[in-house]
Amino acid sequence: MESVVHIIAAVLLLTGGFFVFVGSVGLLKLPDFFTRLHAPTKATTMGIGAILLASMVLTTMRDGRLSIHELVISLFLFITAPVSAHMLAKAALHRRVKLLDHSKNAQLAPKAAEQKTPE
Amino acid sequence: MLSLTILQGAVLLTSTLVVVALILNIWRMLRGPDITDRILALDTLYINSIALIILLGLYNGSALYFEGALLIAMLGFVSTAALCKYLLRGDIIE
Repeated sequence: MESVVHIIAAVLLLTGGFFVFVGSVGLLKLPDFFTRLHAPTKATTMGIGAILLASMVLTTMRDGRLSIHELVISLFLFITAPVSAHMLAKAALHRRVKLLDHSKNAQLAPKAAEQKTPE
Repeated sequence: MLSLTILQGAVLLTSTLVVVALILNIWRMLRGPDITDRILALDTLYINSIALIILLGLYNGSALYFEGALLIAMLGFVSTAALCKYLLRGDIIE
């Protein structure tokens, strides 16, 4: 029983580490800001979710009772990652960060940059 | 026990991957053509440091690191939100 839990946790940890790594490679290699925004907000969030799940499984086995502390962190990150990505995209539109040449609907970007918050 | 060795190897390998990811983030933070790239790199940096702290807690078998990770998660989000707000409005609290 214990060895099965160890193997499950090891697989979850490696999955998480792989996705965190892919998120950072995407942050470094993608061509412009708006494509770069994709990598950390999706891949890294999934990776950290897997790592926290592994920690939850191991802590539950060690203490012999259900441990859901880590669920708080993953829930918090899953809620805040899209919010911060949206704020960053708004800030980038406001600053008129350069788009890729072949971005679709690029003519909408100046209009979005002019948009004010509702009074 | 074989499975325990596999688990320890997985923890070490995952830590290595996360550390390499941190170095890539720092590279983007130093290079970033625009300030929004730097903020995005900082945001990723704090999320990856949460992963590293959780892995340290697993390695030491201690539950003490959890509070640190939670604190970093909250303060990191607040700092990203404040920086974006400053870029958007020129002020943080109006």
